[in-house]
Amino acid sequence: MTYFLLIIGAMFVNNFVLCQFLGCCPFLGVSKKTDTALGMGLAVIFVMGIASVFTWLVQKLLVAAGIEYLQTIAFILVIAALVQLVELLLKKFMPALYSALGVYLPLITTNCAVLGVAILNIQSYGIATAESLFMSFLNGVFSGAGFTIAILLLAGIRERMDVNAVPKPFRGFPVTLVAASIMSLAFTAFSGMIS
Amino acid sequence: MKKSAMPQELKFSMKGKGKIVTNGIFASNPVFRLVLGMCPTLAISTSAFNGLGMGLAATVVLVCSNALVSLLRKVIPDKVRIPAYVLIIATFVTLVEMLLRKFIPALYDALGIYLPLIVVNCIILARAEAFASTNKVGDSVLDGLGMGLGFTLALVLLGVIREFLGSGTFFTGSFGDVEFGVTLGDLPDYSMAVFVLPAGGFLTLGLVMAAINAISDKAAKARDEKHEEEGKLIDEMVREHVENELAETENIAKDEVYAERSLPSSGDDGDMPVGEERK
Repeated sequence: MTYFLLIIGAMFVNNFVLCQFLGCCPFLGVSKKTDTALGMGLAVIFVMGIASVFTWLVQKLLVAAGIEYLQTIAFILVIAALVQLVELLLKKFMPALYSALGVYLPLITTNCAVLGVAILNIQSYGIATAESLFMSFLNGVFSGAGFTIAILLLAGIRERMDVNAVPKPFRGFPVTLVAASIMSLAFTAFSGMIS
Repeated sequence: MKKSAMPQELKFSMKGKGKIVTNGIFASNPVFRLVLGMCPTLAISTSAFNGLGMGLAATVVLVCSNALVSLLRKVIPDKVRIPAYVLIIATFVTLVEMLLRKFIPALYDALGIYLPLIVVNCIILARAEAFASTNKVGDSVLDGLGMGLGFTLALVLLGVIREFLGSGTFFTGSFGDVEFGVTLGDLPDYSMAVFVLPAGGFLTLGLVMAAINAISDKAAKARDEKHEEEGKLIDEMVREHVENELAETENIAKDEVYAERSLPSSGDDGDMPVGEERK
């Protein structure tokens, strides 16, 4: 039951993009087409899952050494190195997956959703994810899934908006933001489902 | 993007230096024009005071990281420049985090997770990559200042709107023990809470951006019309000038043609191949 609540919470109630404003840059930047949005989403799930595990372990090391104040620097270094490593490994061993995700991987280093989930795992979600490595991993993966749902929905909306007459000042980003706002309003309905 | 082996340094005059700053604030405002740094923009602009705090924190990091990146621009190898920049930025973010926690704990709590997330704010990395890595220290600092102030301005603008509509107050906050800000009569009772929710953030930014587009379109149109009128006058003058020139060259050309025609007619008529083919 705790797992189920965590999954629903990560995907819908605390949706990273629409409820917590994490990962807004790729959300607005890479959502023109559904297939690129899907690629980005899958890459984010992948990296967030792995990053959750590694940053959780690194945090334990930092605490053991008594240098928690280096958290930000350590995490961003771990994430940057991890993304590079994943890119290399994928290129070598899974070329098919690499060609599908390759373009998006470098972009993910500066996606604040990844650093966000690493910090949230340890800080705000409190005991559950801070104590259990598996919970952290689950949280990472399903927060990524929440991101994917949001970006896919937005890409679908934008594809349809392209064929409609949008008032000139609203073309491009403004109308996308208004659409995101309505989506966010819909996701607000999930709040309160899990106390 | 690949940097050339010999990075070109732009030289700016005094007027140019002023322009670096205003460019960041207005012409290429990072939020409204370049659409960078969306996460903190949307998340923190629930009140003007938080927006101001976030903006200034980012400005400090931006100025410092631009300065250091610019100082080290000849030392950092091309291949590892992005990790190096990220590390520089992370260092300054950690410093700002520590200072805020010590001296303005209220703001530290309000900014929450978005304070460490300044590290991955695309504005800072973008300016390090696009400006500081190829420019002199002084200019880079000015660029950081301009971009930072542009970011702050955008956050405060959005914050004022969202705070007014969403909680019915104006610039409330506290600095140490000092509380300030205005509560506007009964307005908090009639506020629209949606504007401090995420949905309101997206909506406000979208509408403000559309308004800015409309205004700048109108300004551009007015400028074009003015240019058009001036252009018509210039066109007239150019046309007259060209016509005169044309007339003159035509006269010359006619003279030349007559001269050329008169030349061959003088002798070799019998060698013309045209006559042979006809046979």
